[in-house]
Amino acid sequence: MKEFNIIISGVGGQGIILSSEILALTAMESGFDVKKSEVHGMAQRGGSVVSHVRIAKKVYSPLIEKGKGDILLSFEKAETLRWVHYLKKNSPIIIVNDLELVPPIVSLGLEEYPKNVEETLRKITEKLYFIPAVDLAEKIGNARSFNILLLGVLSTFLPFEEKIWEKVIRENSPTEYSEINVRAFKKGKNLIKS
Amino acid sequence: MKLLISGNEAVARGAWEAGVKVACAYPGTPSTEILENLSKYPEVNTEWSTNEKVAFEVAYGAAIAGARSVVSMKHVGLNVAADPLFSSAYAGTKGGFVIISCDDPGMHSSQNEQDTRRYAKFAKIPIIEPSDAQEAYDFIKLAFEISEKFETPVLFRMSTRVSHTKGIVEVSERKEVPVKDYVKNPSQFILLPANARERHKVLEEKLLKLKEYSSESILNRIEKGKNSIGIVSSGVAYNYAKEVFKDAWFLKIGMPFPFPEKLFKKFYKKVKKIIVIEENEPFLEEEIKILGYKVEGKKYLPICDELNPDIVRKSIKKRELPHPDPLKTVRRPPQLCPGCPHTGVFYCLSKLKVTVTGDIGCYTLGALPPFNAMDTCICMGASIGNALGFEKARGKDFSKRMVAVIGDSTFLHSGVTGLINIAYNKGTVKTIILDNRTTAMTGHQDHPGTGKTAKGEKTKEINLKELAKACGIEKVYEVNPYDIKETLKTLKSAIESEEAAVIISRAPCALLKESREYFSKKEKKRVLEEKCLGEKCKACIRVGCPAISIRNGKAFISPLLCVGCDLCTQVCPVTAIV
Repeated sequence: MKEFNIIISGVGGQGIILSSEILALTAMESGFDVKKSEVHGMAQRGGSVVSHVRIAKKVYSPLIEKGKGDILLSFEKAETLRWVHYLKKNSPIIIVNDLELVPPIVSLGLEEYPKNVEETLRKITEKLYFIPAVDLAEKIGNARSFNILLLGVLSTFLPFEEKIWEKVIRENSPTEYSEINVRAFKKGKNLIKS
Repeated sequence: MKLLISGNEAVARGAWEAGVKVACAYPGTPSTEILENLSKYPEVNTEWSTNEKVAFEVAYGAAIAGARSVVSMKHVGLNVAADPLFSSAYAGTKGGFVIISCDDPGMHSSQNEQDTRRYAKFAKIPIIEPSDAQEAYDFIKLAFEISEKFETPVLFRMSTRVSHTKGIVEVSERKEVPVKDYVKNPSQFILLPANARERHKVLEEKLLKLKEYSSESILNRIEKGKNSIGIVSSGVAYNYAKEVFKDAWFLKIGMPFPFPEKLFKKFYKKVKKIIVIEENEPFLEEEIKILGYKVEGKKYLPICDELNPDIVRKSIKKRELPHPDPLKTVRRPPQLCPGCPHTGVFYCLSKLKVTVTGDIGCYTLGALPPFNAMDTCICMGASIGNALGFEKARGKDFSKRMVAVIGDSTFLHSGVTGLINIAYNKGTVKTIILDNRTTAMTGHQDHPGTGKTAKGEKTKEINLKELAKACGIEKVYEVNPYDIKETLKTLKSAIESEEAAVIISRAPCALLKESREYFSKKEKKRVLEEKCLGEKCKACIRVGCPAISIRNGKAFISPLLCVGCDLCTQVCPVTAIV
């Protein structure tokens, strides 16, 4: 049984914790051992947040070691750059939400928002997927479902059955969004299939 | 049944299954979720206590009275509860009594790194340390058994990475444990010197028995390896070590104190070289060295910061796995939320350029740009005491250029004694109580000022204004922090007065349900670009609201983040925000 080390990164308030929860529950219901751990500071909103999800027959460390990450799923462009060194050296998978969230520190003129993110990442791997997830999710009916749409993209690289994904998504979504979330998941999944 | 739950949820579940009747806590990251989850069980009498010392005393009282009870806190909270901790070791217990302390290696949200294992040895009580959620669940049940078997309080050390990591836990059902008969026993529970001298002897005898138990307990175990390296490890560090040293022998420690001497000696014979892999303090390393054995540990590993598998590999094996080079990106320092009521106060304080002694809570972020409006932040409740110290050192005129700031929950935790002290010792310190109607930093727990209990029931609500007056402070002001003009005026006149004053800045946390409902009816703000002075002005940026940024040379308010609180419209000099 293979091991999957997945990093989900983004900004506080983007739904990173719920997404990694759905991923971890899907792995558990698919018969794997799983550990997931979030690393974030004091900020309730707007801070950098990362979640490590480790899936294997038996998982020891809750944190992914640098050089062991298989997939980086990032909900925000600049946050992708922060974690690439956790990925394995040879052609890791990077999935990026094509969205820029500019922190106030940039407006204050104290920092610059990184330029040419796509080219920078292209140098690291060919398996790079830039997804305009917020726009796509909005078309389905809820821009906030972008995180579930990105889980759909992620799912194409993992060995879990679609019906388990869908069951877990339904069980972990607010009732009014559960069908939209399942549709968002399918949309994401089909983006890679086609 | 299998659940995917965090270490803290696992502890709560295990304690509930172990028949716990009483649970007390003061919220503090990373410990908060333990009581939050215990309060969901109707069989457990739970409370948010005013501080950790009180929480300890209530839970311990329940244990003396014969019930299984638990108290939980973060590592620095144990400092607050240290007084009853040491005494409880002497007096012992009747009902199972477990003290959970959650350490924060790496200081994700704490003012220092403390290793609770040191407290166990100092206070002379056994300590149990799980390495993941399944062990947290299994070990907490065992902790109650040990507590009752040896009539001792048991410390239970969690850490951020164990508390907040979710893993798969196989759970069971609750077993009712009857409350033991209460029999008055003054020689045990009244620590008058004559009794305490006897109890000290009892304690030392207990420790010898616990030392024997430590070697026999399933909490400590030897894991066979394929090479001749022996790793001694405990807590989450064990999991990092297992990841890096796949073929080594392991002495897995789940009960670091009393140290399992006999088991270690057995282990020592199996291997050629011993390395101790532990987070923060060299506790196990020292225990082994005291026994006279040669071991290595902190020779390789850092004492500072949280461990992880990279550090373990790099420190000991002197190499890393191949990985892409790290890339530079923008920093995202923590900040107050959009619509946060503290924003208005800190905006005014930065305008007034006063010295500010601060405290522990969301408002500690007032120390960061753009406000930079804080000079000290030491521990819970310290702001008010520190401020009086400033006055005593630099005179009453200096007091006219300074304030202490403290949150409502922190004030009731340990600020109120500082305030009484100011009145009693004739200080003229001005204290701002940032009353956002909740314990916001740790995720909105209730406290005596909110009028609701841990179970969500209505209760007496402390009136901060009357309380301040009862402490001996005659000048008490109340301000609405969303009204900048009024707040600035009140602060100015209060600060310049010759006597001590309290200014209560009252508005609920922007993330509370009532605030969200209130703001949902408000229009979101927008910038009239033709009026905005943009880069030249930046007055709105200095409000420090995460919703406001500069885009294409003009101010821009993110409609996704703005809650419509009106602070920015009040500071714009050209009415460009509507």
